[in-house]
Amino acid sequence: MRSLLLALSILAAAMLSSCGYNRLQAADEQVAAAWSEVLNQYQRRADLVPNLVNTVKGAAGFEQSTLTAVTEARARATSVQASASLVSDPQAFARFEAAQAQLGTALSRLMVVVERYPDLKANANFLDLQAQLEGTENRIAVARRRYIEAVQQYNVLARSFPVNLTAKAFGMPLKANFTVPDERQLAQPPAVDLGFTPAAASAASR
Amino acid sequence: MALLLRAWVAAVLLALAASAPAAAPDAVPVPPMRALVTDLTGTLTGEQQAALDARLREFGERKGSQVAVLVVRTTGSEPIEAYSLRVVEQWKVGRRNVDDGVLLLVAKDDRAVRIEVGYGLEGALPDATARRIIAESIVPRLAAGDFAGGIDAGVDRILRTVDGEPLPPPAAVPQTLDIGRLVPILLLGPLMFGAAMRKLLGRLPGAGVVAAGVAVLARLLSGLWMVAAGAAVVAFLLTLGGRGVGIGPFGSSGGGFGGFGGGGGGRFGGGGASGRW
Repeated sequence: MRSLLLALSILAAAMLSSCGYNRLQAADEQVAAAWSEVLNQYQRRADLVPNLVNTVKGAAGFEQSTLTAVTEARARATSVQASASLVSDPQAFARFEAAQAQLGTALSRLMVVVERYPDLKANANFLDLQAQLEGTENRIAVARRRYIEAVQQYNVLARSFPVNLTAKAFGMPLKANFTVPDERQLAQPPAVDLGFTPAAASAASR
Repeated sequence: MALLLRAWVAAVLLALAASAPAAAPDAVPVPPMRALVTDLTGTLTGEQQAALDARLREFGERKGSQVAVLVVRTTGSEPIEAYSLRVVEQWKVGRRNVDDGVLLLVAKDDRAVRIEVGYGLEGALPDATARRIIAESIVPRLAAGDFAGGIDAGVDRILRTVDGEPLPPPAAVPQTLDIGRLVPILLLGPLMFGAAMRKLLGRLPGAGVVAAGVAVLARLLSGLWMVAAGAAVVAFLLTLGGRGVGIGPFGSSGGGFGGFGGGGGGRFGGGGASGRW
């Protein structure tokens, strides 16, 4: 009787581990961690903006429209509720993504306009802030790439047999990922957008 | 039947090819990490390399953090930031969990330089400081063609900056983790199979078989022959002795650190700064 129970419990454990429940949980946690890092870096960028805007504002006759675009984009980006559950909601995810992309565009436009102000380019405080912004954009790119990889692993796992049955049984949906055009954008160096193309102009004026 | 088999093989090969890491085909490969200073362009003389390497190694032994230098011709179509991250992800510069690695990367023909900072040093060496080091110490010398001087001056300031940061002291035993992973094999191998093998093959041959098995496993897990040999000896003695339960003397692993040990397992998140000249 006792050995039968033991055998049964071993069998049950083997079945549980072969259905991929544990692997699914591990991959899920990986995605959550990668997503936190993405949020973290976006937050870091948003925190940087007020300082940057204030420093640039001090430059003689800096054009206001660029600064306003940045401030507004930041307000929009921070107003989108960024939570961990965003990952499982494709629509909210897309909204968040669009708002952050807008802030990125506005900031890269600002960095281009800044080139016309030599006294800013000689300002040590501004140069430090610029380095921080570049570093943060790079960190965002890295965090996003790692998120993409984590989601890919999770989604492949959650769609393959027999783990897909487990995922369905425990209500673990596929995760939203960054869209392909974004991934192509990732491969390019950050923060260089000349701002003369109609696409960039319309994106900034939106 | 043969056709089926062939189709199956083709399918497997295709799947393998598809699952291979999808780095761009023209991506510049990351060189293996053989020393703290790697120069693929022949810009630094042997003496300069050796001196810089000795200095970085001394710093690592004293402070614990790992600072590496890499000089390449070009990073290809990839921006230097992306290539630099691939390098540190492969090299794993810096200690595990302390993440105190720094990479100074110079792409000579691209006229680009980057300081890549590990997570643990982002506070000591923030982006702004990295930018200043590049703009004030490195780029002027590189622009004048003085590569050795520029790299030296950059390393100098990086070391001084990192030196001011309180970090955990360098570990006396660099590879404690390996021991932890080896304990189950060292104990379970002889315990589970030792008795059976002794009965089956006799005392001495049985111990030899168990030791060989443990050696192979230990080599697979740790990747070091030294560790495998130590584990085999322990397993041999344990089986030979035939003790029921014995906490074996498993202190012999972790040695064999004579040459360059490679990266320590540090992680990076894209911090640092780049510059061009």
